[in-house]
Amino acid sequence: MHNRQTLVRKFQQMLPSDCVIFREEELIPYECDGLSAYRRVPLIVLLPYTADQVEAILKFCHQQQIPVVARGSGTGLSGGALPHEQGVLLSLARLNKILEIDTENMQARVQPGVRNLAVSEAVKPHGLYYAPDPSSQIACSIGGNVAENAGGVHCLKYGLTLHNLLRLTVITIDGEKITLGAGGLDAPGLDLLTLMTGSEGMLGVVVEVLVKLLPIPTCRQVVLAAFEDVEAAANAVAEIIAQGILPAGLEMMDNLSIRASEDFVHAGYPTDAEAILLCEVDGIDDEVAEEILRVREILLKSGAVQVRTAADEQERIRFWAGRKNAFPAVGRLSPDYYCMDGTIPRSQLGKVLKMISEMSDRYGLRCANVFHAGDGNLHPLILYDANIPGELEKAESFGGEILELCVAVGGSITGEHGVGLEKIDQMCAQFTDQELETFHAVKAVFDPHNLLNPGKAIPTLNRCAEFGAMHVHAGKLRFPELERF
Amino acid sequence: MASDRDISRQLQASVLDAHHSTRHLQLIGSGSKRFYGREAKGEILSLSAHSGIVGYEPTELVITARAGTPLEEIEQALTEKGQMLPFEPPRFSGGGTIGGAIAAGLSGPRRPWGGAPRDLLLGIKLLDGQGRILNFGGQVMKNVAGYDLSRLMAGALGTLGILLEVSVKVLPKPPQEHTLTFYSEDHNTWTLIRDILGKAIPVTATYSRGNRHKLRLACNKHRLKRIQTECGLETVDHQEEFWQALRDQELDFFQRKAPLWRISLPPAARLGLADETLNEWSNALRWLVSEKPGEEIRTLVERQAGHAVLFRNGDRTGERFHPLQPRVAEIQRKLKQVFDPKGIFNPGRHYPHY
Repeated sequence: MHNRQTLVRKFQQMLPSDCVIFREEELIPYECDGLSAYRRVPLIVLLPYTADQVEAILKFCHQQQIPVVARGSGTGLSGGALPHEQGVLLSLARLNKILEIDTENMQARVQPGVRNLAVSEAVKPHGLYYAPDPSSQIACSIGGNVAENAGGVHCLKYGLTLHNLLRLTVITIDGEKITLGAGGLDAPGLDLLTLMTGSEGMLGVVVEVLVKLLPIPTCRQVVLAAFEDVEAAANAVAEIIAQGILPAGLEMMDNLSIRASEDFVHAGYPTDAEAILLCEVDGIDDEVAEEILRVREILLKSGAVQVRTAADEQERIRFWAGRKNAFPAVGRLSPDYYCMDGTIPRSQLGKVLKMISEMSDRYGLRCANVFHAGDGNLHPLILYDANIPGELEKAESFGGEILELCVAVGGSITGEHGVGLEKIDQMCAQFTDQELETFHAVKAVFDPHNLLNPGKAIPTLNRCAEFGAMHVHAGKLRFPELERF
Repeated sequence: MASDRDISRQLQASVLDAHHSTRHLQLIGSGSKRFYGREAKGEILSLSAHSGIVGYEPTELVITARAGTPLEEIEQALTEKGQMLPFEPPRFSGGGTIGGAIAAGLSGPRRPWGGAPRDLLLGIKLLDGQGRILNFGGQVMKNVAGYDLSRLMAGALGTLGILLEVSVKVLPKPPQEHTLTFYSEDHNTWTLIRDILGKAIPVTATYSRGNRHKLRLACNKHRLKRIQTECGLETVDHQEEFWQALRDQELDFFQRKAPLWRISLPPAARLGLADETLNEWSNALRWLVSEKPGEEIRTLVERQAGHAVLFRNGDRTGERFHPLQPRVAEIQRKLKQVFDPKGIFNPGRHYPHY
């Protein structure tokens, strides 16, 4: 047990006094991240201004064996930045400077606390932007994006965070600064940049990020298509790709999400459609127009009952606003909602949605589906009321079942939100004991005393044994009718 | 001739045997990259018989194949569906397997726009140094469950294990690609290329040698004409073979016997070397033929935030890859311990004592 008062004094000697937060009422805002169902008050919150201060903090915590949970903007949806009661919550929010915009090399060097959207805003005058655009991009930080390997609605064409990084400066748990990646497109040795990306704050603390910038496409156009049947919409997605088109964005929403979004932002969505697709193409003028015509044709042939091309930039933004606000829109339908993040091979979409709908009936909870159709990333939003006893547990169990279904059809329990604490049990469904042991061994290479974000992302084998006992009833696996991958 | 053979059990038995008796294994696909890296040591374990495409669904944009599958077979299957491996893997001497392409981590001229093996690799089935078969990643585009250990294998030169199967993202092949050429003094090149890139013109490859430059663009004829007029460039027809020869290092430049250096840099970086280079990737990749001491080259490159690999010729017992920061080298050694505790796979091929 670490004593709060003793540690506060130590940290106050090490850092400017406004960097050390320790009063109960000031600690409360840090008790959760974007997944508010899980809450824990940390021992202390530290808000350093510089990378050197981060180094000093980590050195000290390592020496004193104090757990450290790093936090960006706290928008994560898997409880990855949930504090440790006996540990330090290390907020990187004040490392928020764009250190260098290198237009010649089309790169920007930023601190981890810089907001995602702030990068694109800063480089816009140079005709450049930073491609990854998670829906929380107004608030989420680049450091958090790196920790989660964040995606967005344009990943199919422009990739995930990983694909847009060049170099990370990381501080190890014992306070040594290391550089992963380089100024060019590759780096010597094992590709530790990819290992660090998406490692959920378990391997090191990122203090500087060199990102790639891209020229802003001169033209973007979006088509909205309505379908009377979800399966037809899914087939249309496959057909667009089969025809050699690589849309900048390809999104799908089901009826419940369509109605919720339409009520909320009035995007002009057809509320009687079973599913809508949004397909965006970008590039230079005439080619975009040509490709849009091809997309329209494919959509109509695939059974779309209505196909609308945004008439102007305002309408294009409005079409997207409906999608980007789908989560809060669904949130208005119910006191609480629980957002899932599974990925599946696209061909399985029809089957998966049907099974989710059956689960929804069985649990007696409504579920809205939003789908990054281009890259097979499904976000079922389970509606529940935390004030009704047992409903949160029911929602969690419903969500868990969806994720296990994703694994069973050959997908993954998380596409972009991370495992955090939320999906730690489902890790047991996706990985074998030997694979989990390998993850633990990799963790030990970077952090042998398990001080960085302990208890997250990778379950212990004991936990999986208990989870397995709970889930395999009478020797029967879930979804016995499905082929195992 | 398409092959379809699963020899993972035999490979596992060989690895277990080597593990128990601590015997070194030299992993080989088609052997097209035997020149690459430090001198290979150990008993040869051929992976070429472990071959065949396991799954390919064009609308999912993913292909899964056994390590020994020839690149030629993969590319043929993809071409039939109008798709491609976006990293345009080199096929030195016409050979190469998909496992070798991923393990070496090398990319062709399309790299800055199409990505590298590590960018496209979605999942692996790994046979590690203790004979365990482990799956990391998967067949889906987005997957952040657990540490990304599949991508760690790209470029690891087989030092962490045998890639029994790999799943790789594929993309539609551009229906048309055209080549433009221009002459310009070396120091002006980047400014011009940067200008063209800034206009969001879909460049898919660049080549510069001396004052002669080529750009490959993916666009239709109509648009090509406009770009040509706008930028004052000249079209050259039938350049597919040229880009292929560049990819496979069949151009004269690569045939010299002196040490060939592969230098990776930010595109605008100026090296300050008198020697002539051949540049690709809008100048982010530079090939240098030079007898200069490695240390001198590396110091210059490091100053520009890049790194240098001694790619062909020269001493194969010394450092071929750019030396690592001591702590990073230590992490790398410890990761090797996790996957291959007895150090049986490709010892010393990547780095000395690793």
